[in-house]
Amino acid sequence: MTARTLFEKIWADHVIVVSPQGEELLYVDFNLINEGQSFLAFDQLRMEGRSSRRPQQHLAVTDHYLPTINRDRGTAGMANPEIRRVVEMLDENATEFKLPHIGWGHLDQGIAHVIAPELGIAQPGMLITCNDSHTATNGACGVLAIPIGGGNQLRHVVATQTVWLKKPKTMRFTVDGVRPEAVTAKDVILSIIREIGVGGATGYAIEYAGAAIRAMSMESRLTICNMSIEGGARIGMVGPDDTTYQFLNGRRKAPQGADWDRALTYWKTLPTDADAAFDRELSFDAARFAPMVTWGTSPEDCSPVDGVVPDPSSIGDGDRRRHVERALDYMKLKPATPLQQVAIDRVFIGSCTNSRIEDLRVAAAVVKGRRVARNVKLALVVPGSGLVKEQAEREGLDRIFRDAGFEWREPGCSMCLGMNPDRLSAGERCASTSNRNFEGRQGPGGRTHLVSPAMAAAAAIEGHFVDIRRWT
Amino acid sequence: MDKFTVLNGLVAPIDRANVDTDQIIPKQYLASIKRTGFGEGLFAEWRKDASFVLNQSRYKGATILLGRKNFGCGSSREHAPWALMDYGFRSVIAPSFADIFFNNSFKNGFLPVVLSEAEVDRLFHECNAFPGFRLVIDLERQTVASTDGALTMHFDIDPFRKYCLLNGLDEIGLTLRHADKIRAFEARRKAQHPWYF
Repeated sequence: MTARTLFEKIWADHVIVVSPQGEELLYVDFNLINEGQSFLAFDQLRMEGRSSRRPQQHLAVTDHYLPTINRDRGTAGMANPEIRRVVEMLDENATEFKLPHIGWGHLDQGIAHVIAPELGIAQPGMLITCNDSHTATNGACGVLAIPIGGGNQLRHVVATQTVWLKKPKTMRFTVDGVRPEAVTAKDVILSIIREIGVGGATGYAIEYAGAAIRAMSMESRLTICNMSIEGGARIGMVGPDDTTYQFLNGRRKAPQGADWDRALTYWKTLPTDADAAFDRELSFDAARFAPMVTWGTSPEDCSPVDGVVPDPSSIGDGDRRRHVERALDYMKLKPATPLQQVAIDRVFIGSCTNSRIEDLRVAAAVVKGRRVARNVKLALVVPGSGLVKEQAEREGLDRIFRDAGFEWREPGCSMCLGMNPDRLSAGERCASTSNRNFEGRQGPGGRTHLVSPAMAAAAAIEGHFVDIRRWT
Repeated sequence: MDKFTVLNGLVAPIDRANVDTDQIIPKQYLASIKRTGFGEGLFAEWRKDASFVLNQSRYKGATILLGRKNFGCGSSREHAPWALMDYGFRSVIAPSFADIFFNNSFKNGFLPVVLSEAEVDRLFHECNAFPGFRLVIDLERQTVASTDGALTMHFDIDPFRKYCLLNGLDEIGLTLRHADKIRAFEARRKAQHPWYF
């Protein structure tokens, strides 16, 4: 048999039919559903009198719209009637279509892409879909995890347990070398996106490989795969290895006993064969990476923290120059300003990129015994799930954050996307551990700087960005 | 999706070119969090005018819309065919359509019929002259005819789209033609990898 990549093996394992137009009908092992837009799919299913074909292979999770305060008051605590309605609708739709649902009052509630790995739902070899562009996060578990649209595509998955897709090309990012201390997974993926550009991987399924990826924890790999879409790829994966198996073993939905042994035998056949070919390959040296800060309005607009805001007049490419000019105007930054002099108004530690226990431990270690700077109006820590929150509280991290002046919130997408009440006001500048710094992403007129949890925590203490490598 | 075979319906004429999706369903109605109910917003701005076609009693209950060229241009919102259908229309006849609206219509079981400018002119004339003017759209025969059969026009349609409409097959319906293969795949996967289920 010809040598195949991880992606090719899992894709081939799920093909049911190939259409004359070249699209392939793939089997969906598991589908996650959030409240954003999914009501459109359910409304139409209802009109058509259709039901869910395999209800147990779905999990509805409320995360996007859900406020991170007043949970004890239930939906009555949600002041905005539209938000309340969207949250209630997912609950009603899940009940009507008999789909398991982790709603606002559930102990496991959190961000879909944090929950799926931590409950052991995301297992190597699976095909998982979700109506969210950051679905590739789950790819860190050796899963073919694919984002789908919240209207027609979701409706199709619920009714048929399948999805029509065109096979993407394959691409491998090999990251070798040893990461310097204080350089996190977030800095690695931002550095890669800076190099390839936000459209650099469009049309490809990425596999992240190499010694630096192998050395990473599952939490770090989840952060890496999470931002595949910011490089243009809908799919990002890491081959399963001992780190993956140890992470999964004993989790609630992971196989047990004889099933575990059988699963493990199969999972070990999945990693990319030694001589398998990719359509594109790129290599990176982790030793060269530094802590990153975005200064613009696209994730590729980032520089090492000891750098300066770029000067658009020095950029040769016309389109790029105009983009940078516009971005600096929006971000209200002057060329050549050292990034460490940029003062911030708010700090957000959370999102499907950086809200796992490892992220919170790192941030807590930075703020321990210190105080949030006076010029920082609000510093938020939003754990990715109820289980992360519980673990953090067991370790006393919530106390460390609160003592430092942070707010410790209930799990959800929070300030990542400006759909719930956690938003920036116009003109406010935020050090954020989320994944997108588009204009208005965190609220109309808000200015987002993407950073790692350690960098966000240090910025909260100093009131401006600092080089975490030299900060004590 | 409902099958579309023969439609015998009252015709409502909208005598304007370039009717855009912002007029078909103004954006303030998109915020509605139900897919049903968009009919309320159909041509909402124009309906504020008492003399607008849809406010005239002679067109009450119309199921066929008669339009001019480039019908459905503008924003790609899928709400446009939803709103037309929710209001009660099943088909629109015009000399040309905007691409996205045209595609969205088929996906939702709504038939856009292309006739020549001269034929459409003729229909506008008939419609204005005779209150209660009806047309019969026969998809199988690809004809638009007056109820007495005196006037018959032929239209073209992509064979695959025709097949889907005649059989009421949307994307889900098409996939479910492979239901046996899906079931067989599932049974095989469950036997090989039971822990995924």
